[in-house]
Amino acid sequence: MLQSIFDDVKRMNKRQFLYQVLSFGMIVSSALMIWKGLMVVTGSESPIVVVLSGSMEPAFHRGDLLFLTNYKEEPVRVGEIVVFKVEGRDIPIVHRVLKLHEKENGTVKFLTKGDNNSVDDRGLYAPGQLWLTKKDVVGRARGFLPYVGMVTIYMNEYPKFKVSLGRRFYSDQDSKFNRLVIGSLVYSESSALDHAATKAGSCEN
Amino acid sequence: MNTVKVVVKNVPDYSASREKNDLGFLTFDLQTDLTHLFNWNVKQLFLYLTAEYKTPNNQLNQVVLWDKIILRGENSALDFKNMNTKYYFWDDGNGLKANPNVTLTLSWNIIPNAGLLPSIFASGKHSFSFPQEYTTSRV
Repeated sequence: MLQSIFDDVKRMNKRQFLYQVLSFGMIVSSALMIWKGLMVVTGSESPIVVVLSGSMEPAFHRGDLLFLTNYKEEPVRVGEIVVFKVEGRDIPIVHRVLKLHEKENGTVKFLTKGDNNSVDDRGLYAPGQLWLTKKDVVGRARGFLPYVGMVTIYMNEYPKFKVSLGRRFYSDQDSKFNRLVIGSLVYSESSALDHAATKAGSCEN
Repeated sequence: MNTVKVVVKNVPDYSASREKNDLGFLTFDLQTDLTHLFNWNVKQLFLYLTAEYKTPNNQLNQVVLWDKIILRGENSALDFKNMNTKYYFWDDGNGLKANPNVTLTLSWNIIPNAGLLPSIFASGKHSFSFPQEYTTSRV
């Protein structure tokens, strides 16, 4: 299989080869541009996240996709679904705001809780931390797409799945290079999503 | 929407900082019909009752006292009498005693099958005040 790909490369002249490299680079960079562009538009550092746990059931299940915005001028209010980071935890948490206290100078502190949890989130925060503040917030949920994120969860948990997807692309004999390029597009986009998945999604509870 | 019984206590909040904070107790009546909100793209409704008030400490306080998830197909005409709150009504400090104006509002958050997540406040409002003295009786 791999041998035949190399044969193909050998058969091409320099220009064709360069063209392949460039178009590959275009696809990688456009995927990056879309991601970074979304970051600018939404103001959130990870505008699309995948839910990893059932703490917000029945609203959000594992594998659902959330679209976030994080506009500084919009105040946080009770009942909103926020995605926040806790010190010492790699994965951000998606939960709902339960209590909120805002001082005159604009500093806000709030407490969150998962719809499916029976207690608030103080046990999940960093030791000694009683409240969240604005700087902990990654984004606020604005849009929702079910099931789509399941693909990235499978890819994360079963790396073989990713490999087998790749093989199928390589093993096809006809129009090998087109397929290769398409395959890499899928891969680069999904790796951008992977990134979001590992960075977001609620924790085990 | 109506409050039935309103009392306030001053007890240590062991779930948080162990300082003495004001803890309010109240029961409420709630009557609403939200059937019209449901359509094909409404998976669930998240209803919540918010108490909003102002204290010398904080310009704005919002505490969710009660919430309910209504899935599509479930009964969405609600009529509660003398309900207890689901969550404790802790203030951040001692701002509940003799607080003249606490507003209860009912809001909801629609979770669609796919799409945007809007949040809406209901039109009904109810304001009440807390008593001047802490209660000593058990609640």
